[in-house]
Amino acid sequence: MAKAKTKAKPRTKGELGWKEVELGFFITEPGNSVEVRTGDWKSRRPVVDFKKCNKCTLCYFFCPEGCIAKTKDGYFEADLFYCKGCGICATECPKEAITMVEEER
Amino acid sequence: MAKREGLEVSVAVGDAAMLSDVDVVSAYPITPQTHIVEHLAELVANGELKAAYIPVESEHSAMSACIGASAVGARTFTATAAQGLELMHEVLYVASAMRFPMVMTVANRALSAPISIWGDHSDAMAVRDTGWIQIFVENGQEAVDNVICGFRIGEDKRVLLPVMIHLDGFALTHVIEPIELPDKKDVDQFLPPFKYPLPLDPEKPVTMGALGSPFIYTEVKWGQEINLEKAKSVTLEVWQEFDKLFGRKYSPIEQYRTEGAKTLLLTMGSYSETAMVAVDKMRGDGKEVGLLKLRLWRPFPYEELREVVKDADTLIVLDRAISFGGPGGPVCSEIKAALYEEKKRPRIIGFVGGLGGRDISMAGFEEIVNRGIEIARTGSEREFEIYGVRE
Repeated sequence: MAKAKTKAKPRTKGELGWKEVELGFFITEPGNSVEVRTGDWKSRRPVVDFKKCNKCTLCYFFCPEGCIAKTKDGYFEADLFYCKGCGICATECPKEAITMVEEER
Repeated sequence: MAKREGLEVSVAVGDAAMLSDVDVVSAYPITPQTHIVEHLAELVANGELKAAYIPVESEHSAMSACIGASAVGARTFTATAAQGLELMHEVLYVASAMRFPMVMTVANRALSAPISIWGDHSDAMAVRDTGWIQIFVENGQEAVDNVICGFRIGEDKRVLLPVMIHLDGFALTHVIEPIELPDKKDVDQFLPPFKYPLPLDPEKPVTMGALGSPFIYTEVKWGQEINLEKAKSVTLEVWQEFDKLFGRKYSPIEQYRTEGAKTLLLTMGSYSETAMVAVDKMRGDGKEVGLLKLRLWRPFPYEELREVVKDADTLIVLDRAISFGGPGGPVCSEIKAALYEEKKRPRIIGFVGGLGGRDISMAGFEEIVNRGIEIARTGSEREFEIYGVRE
């Protein structure tokens, strides 16, 4: 399996207040997409039932956002900071271990 | 010592841009702005102005080129009018949001249809929400001075925003006035070389114009709003310093014979000159009438407005644009909103007039004031009235 770590958690920079926004909203550091919260687009989020999961990795490979990573117990879980809630993982899971639930805020 | 000479205002505006050491001019000719950019093209072609003149195929491209020039840190100038300003419209937001200072003179002209090359303020009002600083001038000297001040205001590190200088098409652009062009050394002292803090630079790459997703867009826009509001104090500072060096005073709202005036007339741009003569006449007739000339349109001078109208009974506002199907004149509408919460405020009467180059004479201003006073007493069936329309 590809050696992929969950993307580094965004620094506080990912949650900039209006005073901290760079002049003209310019980006001064490369590779900062890691700081962009794409997770706030979703209307549903995946919830994994680890009792059903057999660690087959399909969700990991199918996730178009690449936001699913291996936990230290060997299971797979989405990083909700990035997860857009597309539901592909839930559709592909052969064990039906993933349920999409309404995002309530 | 700078000397006064008879100059066509458009030529003087071009000269003011040259005195300001512009690096890049990009523009598309449109009546009545044409002479400004023709003059600059000549100055560049003759080698008198060391700048890049970028001819383009449209105003959309002109503003885009100006943004590109500003992004590398060039001092940038352009000019347009009416349909040209509208063709730039979407790009205007980019210039302000990306915080690129540049000066654009707008030779205010009516919008089509019907085609009109003559002056009014419908073009200026259509771009009032684009995030630019907007200054209206009433004569050639003010245009020259405010082009120079415009660079100084826009380039201030606390501001970094583009500035529009609105001068009425034909009524100002095509007349010859006695104008004092400041000495180059004085302008150099007043306007230091431009250094953009975060320019495009291969040595220190930055990304400009990135996607702003929903979780950051609001923060960017709020920063832009606060920044434009703060630009007012810098504008006042710059005008004060200009006064010290050049002896000409500018303020967001200029008062003319307002002492003890129970009725105030508010105008913008070149028609203020005629309105002053009308006020002189009415004062001579013993009427307590004064004139307010609104110069700073964005950021809007709330405190200054509240201060200058507080003792008046009636405020008559003349708009040279219509917000169709709405409150009539945009200026009057904003003034009403600005004064709504005031405990003591004048009755505000809105007129629209001077559309598409229609003159308002001295007698016309007197008629507007008289009708305004009458409406204040008896009321009107309409939200606003139009001056001088034939039945």
